[in-house]
Amino acid sequence: MTYIPHTDADREAMLKVIGVDSLAELFDAVPAEHRFPALGLPEGMSEMEVAWELGGLANSNVAAHHFAIFLGAGAYNHFIPSVVNHVLLRGEFYTAYTPYQPELSQGTLQAIYEYQSMMCALTGMEAANASHYDGATSLAEAVTVARVHYRGKRTKVILSPSVNPEYRAVARTYHQGSDMKFVGDKGNATIPDLIDMLDEDTALLVVSYPNFFGQIDELGGLAQAVHEAGALLCMVVDPIALGLFKTPGELGADIVVGEGQPLGIPLSFGGPYLGFFATNQTLVRKIAGRIVGETIDKNGRRAFVMTLRPREQDIRREKATSNICTNQGLMALAACVYMSVMGKTGLRKVAELCYHKAHYAAEQINKLDGFSVDTSKPFFKEFVVTCPKPVAELNDVLLDHWGIIGGYDLSQHYPDRANQMLLAVTEMNTKDEIDTLAEALSQHDTPHHHDHAH
Amino acid sequence: MTDETTTTTNGAPPPLEPLIYDLSSPGRTGAILPDPDVPEATLPDSLLRDRLDLPEVSEIDVVRHFLRLSRFNYSIDQGFYPLGSCTMKYNPKLNEDMARLPGFAQVHPLQDPSTNQGALALMHELQNWLAAISGMAGVSLQPAAGAQGEFAGILMIRAYHLANGDPGRNVIIVPDSAHGTNPATTAMAGLKVVEVPSDANGDVDLDKLREVCGDTIAGMMITVPNTLGVFERNIEAIIETIHGCGGLMYMDGANMNAMMGIARPGDLGFDVMHYNLHKTFSTPHGGGGPGSGPVAVGEKLLPFLPGPVVSVVDEGSEDEPPLYGLTMPEKSIGRLKAFYGNFGMLVRAFAYIAIHGAAGLKDVTQHAVLNANYIRARLKGTYPMPIDRICGHEFVCQGHFGADEKAGESGTESHEIHALDIAKRLMDYGFHPPTNYFPLIVPEALLIEPTETESKESCDAFVEAMLAIAKEAGENADLLHNAPLTTPVGRVDEVRAAKQLVLCCKPDIADVPSVDVPSVDVPPVVEPPAADLPTPDDSSLPAKQAEPDEGPEPKS
Ligand SMILES: Cc1ncc(COP(=O)(O)O)c(C=O)c1O
Repeated sequence: MTYIPHTDADREAMLKVIGVDSLAELFDAVPAEHRFPALGLPEGMSEMEVAWELGGLANSNVAAHHFAIFLGAGAYNHFIPSVVNHVLLRGEFYTAYTPYQPELSQGTLQAIYEYQSMMCALTGMEAANASHYDGATSLAEAVTVARVHYRGKRTKVILSPSVNPEYRAVARTYHQGSDMKFVGDKGNATIPDLIDMLDEDTALLVVSYPNFFGQIDELGGLAQAVHEAGALLCMVVDPIALGLFKTPGELGADIVVGEGQPLGIPLSFGGPYLGFFATNQTLVRKIAGRIVGETIDKNGRRAFVMTLRPREQDIRREKATSNICTNQGLMALAACVYMSVMGKTGLRKVAELCYHKAHYAAEQINKLDGFSVDTSKPFFKEFVVTCPKPVAELNDVLLDHWGIIGGYDLSQHYPDRANQMLLAVTEMNTKDEIDTLAEALSQHDTPHHHDHAH
Repeated sequence: MTDETTTTTNGAPPPLEPLIYDLSSPGRTGAILPDPDVPEATLPDSLLRDRLDLPEVSEIDVVRHFLRLSRFNYSIDQGFYPLGSCTMKYNPKLNEDMARLPGFAQVHPLQDPSTNQGALALMHELQNWLAAISGMAGVSLQPAAGAQGEFAGILMIRAYHLANGDPGRNVIIVPDSAHGTNPATTAMAGLKVVEVPSDANGDVDLDKLREVCGDTIAGMMITVPNTLGVFERNIEAIIETIHGCGGLMYMDGANMNAMMGIARPGDLGFDVMHYNLHKTFSTPHGGGGPGSGPVAVGEKLLPFLPGPVVSVVDEGSEDEPPLYGLTMPEKSIGRLKAFYGNFGMLVRAFAYIAIHGAAGLKDVTQHAVLNANYIRARLKGTYPMPIDRICGHEFVCQGHFGADEKAGESGTESHEIHALDIAKRLMDYGFHPPTNYFPLIVPEALLIEPTETESKESCDAFVEAMLAIAKEAGENADLLHNAPLTTPVGRVDEVRAAKQLVLCCKPDIADVPSVDVPSVDVPPVVEPPAADLPTPDDSSLPAKQAEPDEGPEPKS
């Protein structure tokens, strides 16, 4: 009987101790007319049958292990060293609960502490929490921190339109019942335009670095302007880009959030991912989620423990600023192992590989008739190509004839960006793949019988 | 290794394990990466950072470090973990393999739906199954955890009343036994919490409930079975009362392990609920997530579901399978996260439901409830039970002994034993403690949830340990006050952690020369339940530490 170890003799003995005659009798308190309903579910299966069924479903998907992929827009096909998954598969880590009992959780606690330390180093900030659900909810929680910081006296959030559209949508979902107002992202506002929107009601200004179009905006002077208006600056960042580019800390950010998926976490159709959240000492008591701190045990030995607990829902209840409880702990461990094994030089190298390959791809595509790459600003691993026809049509050709998963169709979220494709190039894309992509795009008009899946 | 290397300069014992940064050596790396196969572009110097303080370690350093760390954890794979409200059941290995199939793990969420029909079909089926198990009309798999499912549910209730032109409904009723996420969720949604008390039987006090009902009520959140582990006997009357005043009923489904095939929330009259796939459906807790908290709703709330959800966009035909797509419900409260939910957890839950089927899930619940009642029956008489009746998948008892024996006049220690002491002492017996100090309405609560995957033998072993500890409480209170004695670290100083607030190591530690790994003679947690436990060596015990000023914290 699946994973239940009881024998008939066990059941009989146990019922006797309880003092009832049958299992059914244990449910007498449930209203009789609703008790023991039939559930419309298929019959149970054996382990091998379940594996076959799921194997079949998995095989019917087009996946990055058989196709060249140039799709990013918030989730990226980066290399994951084998060691990451091997650590995640330690039952000691993945079958443990949240580390409420520090005496039995030093493994998880120290790993989170190390993760926090690495996120601080990566972002140039002073404190990081143990995780949020994903990059989008990290941003929503940053808005909450700003609301709490100003005690509701400032209610305006200025969002750059080049923050990931799904993140902006989630921030709005989270705050539909609060008094926070979101402005700035309806048109094509530039950084100076956003600065012009700052006023005494502004709690938070949010920019993306690199922005959703892969570009590094000129951010000099932004933090100063935001702080002069008495507001906070939040930056949404790509952690791989931080292997190369100046830290948000250096640029004056008060809160840094982002999606940690590129740090050793598979694409997995959108989750589970890792929301990271870093800030300064001044705001740390207002942030949500688990935070691990260093302390000692009763013998004076160094130990780690979840700290600043009175911020959280189980203690503060309706006065807590967030309800978050279970977060993405194991994904933080993945990022911690990834950053350990990549280290100082490895992460820089990954970032450089992305940079070089993306620039090579941009150059090849920019040469093609009818295609032009936006090179108006420096970019990292993604760039925008204006194409001669709708992106969806091109992507069909790429997939059907060339075995390539094409780029993101920007017109889905930006109506004035018809025919604009956002391409992502990572260390996983070979020169061959890039050349094939360029060739495929150059021939988009010629009918052909090419089958290139590798 | 000499003694000097195993104790630090101030005489404190050495750390269990160095920080990964302490293992760092300039110039070392664990990354084996290729050189660029394209011409190198010029890097924009003025935009670059000048240092990146990540560790510099080899792959074997990483493997050994994390393996050693793992041994300082307690886990389900190692032993009994009766953490009430958390459903620490066995996490089947099959599920881990299934979620890692490349056809799932390497699919990008923004691919054209025609290229990920397998993933969408799985989600569609799971939506249907979760609707069937709950008796609800529709499901969204978006929420990333239970708390986010609650948030979705309360936002839907809010949106429903707004859509009905009824903005005055801004109160959510929450029983005083509720989990902390319930009131926190309500506040996040911009609604007010009104608490109702429970009566002596652990049921919601119906008279008090009727008193607070009125036209400001948006709804009520309630856990079934409740957080004390018992089926609310007045559940139908409660639902009628709330519906009667125009409110909607939310069920916190964290305790669905006591409900599968027993009763469907939709049949009982609930309008909306969340599941914790990381409890009921065996997806691992991961040391703090990821979880998954799908929301299920009745007809009324269908248009408000968070999206996107998976629907059939083309029925297909005899030789064409249906075409699945992602759609946004008509009046959706919006997206709760990027993309579509914690998909990897959905694969695991799918495998779990597929292997069990309807009959198997009912078996799961029946045996979870059998185990809980068995342990309850065996501990009754030794541990006070505030609610003395058949329980669901968990029950609460009180861990409090010797309250009458006040501290001696001349500074001798109190013999009073608290739930915390019992929890810590259980560690010495090789068990994870139950949830303690939750629910808040029971003083000195120990909330015990064995789950169905524990055998009679492991339930018995736990009972024996609990009985032995009760005996120790009377004979040797110090033993309990000083527990645990066999864990990698002893009781930790939480006050110090909050005061000094060291939340990350200063990365320039990486610049100091690397140190040898100290040989740590602390046993890993893998202690067999010890027959003859070490007695405390008084000379090595430091003075009692200050308790955290917040008082004991609920742990769930
Ligand atoms: C009764 C109850 N409700 C809600 C939750 C919150 O679920 P999660 O931790 O998945 O957010 C929990 C779990 O801790 C719980 O026990």
